[in-house]
Amino acid sequence: MARRALLLVLLAGLCAVALAAGQKWLAIAKDDLHDPQSPAVGVLQEPAEALGALGALAPDAVGNQVRWVRALDQGAIQPRTNILPETKVNLRTTEILLVNTAHMGLVKFPHRQHTAWLDCSNCHGNGIFEQKAGATRIGMLRVLAGEKCGLCHGAVAFPLTECDRCHSVTRGSPEHAAFNGALVREGGAP
Amino acid sequence: MKFLPCALVLALGLLAAIPAQAEYGDVVLDRSSTRQGMRAVVFPHWFHRIRFRCKVCHSELGFKMRAGANYVQMNDIINGKFCGMCHNGQIAWSPDRCDLCHSAKKGVKPGIYGSSETTGPSRW
Repeated sequence: MARRALLLVLLAGLCAVALAAGQKWLAIAKDDLHDPQSPAVGVLQEPAEALGALGALAPDAVGNQVRWVRALDQGAIQPRTNILPETKVNLRTTEILLVNTAHMGLVKFPHRQHTAWLDCSNCHGNGIFEQKAGATRIGMLRVLAGEKCGLCHGAVAFPLTECDRCHSVTRGSPEHAAFNGALVREGGAP
Repeated sequence: MKFLPCALVLALGLLAAIPAQAEYGDVVLDRSSTRQGMRAVVFPHWFHRIRFRCKVCHSELGFKMRAGANYVQMNDIINGKFCGMCHNGQIAWSPDRCDLCHSAKKGVKPGIYGSSETTGPSRW
């Protein structure tokens, strides 16, 4: 009986450690990437300091544990759009429907959230995505291999474990019908 | 009594799933640092994206999107290109603060790092 109680306590402790460690941002000296002896340790901002505050406002379970678009929309961060005064900041709000998704929900690609961060030239004109909707072969294999959407999603944008965030439109739903049979519609709502 | 071994396996599994390395999106650059006797560079995406949108570095500054596709040399930085567009003592610290960027642990491989859920693009 005593042995069983001991095991239970051990188990609870182990679970607590595992859960706590899974939610925290690693300290720079302990992230296994920085040299703990580097003079940068103690000077560089700690992830927990910045991401902890943002994560409280716009929490996520994956990636940096921050919903970056939400943090931007809420004004929790105000990242600069340009350094050079002459740079034109391009924004777009059209939504694109990706329909060849087999048994998964259709993908609705929102330009608004993407152009808030990126310039057109980051995705178009460099062989990643054609300008014309429906003209690019994408496919999950390519995405999983770090091509197309996978160039950012899985690297710096939310990871590929979050299927439903992209595959969000049920076939035949009002949201699908709103496209009126087209692949492009004017967005507006986030 | 079947519960205990199962729970133990689950707890150990949770422990094993703990992120071992890095913050999501950290990039290690080491085209020539180690070879030239410096620590490799750790670039934190999270820190920079709080202050700058992706388009600043990946459009205005000319950084290609794929980690490893850019050959960033100190000479360019000192001449105001790439990192040097901001790391010039005006917007951010100047390039003479070597150790703040060249801060990687010895033997860390170059590339983009993931997190607890994904170990980075195309690594499964």
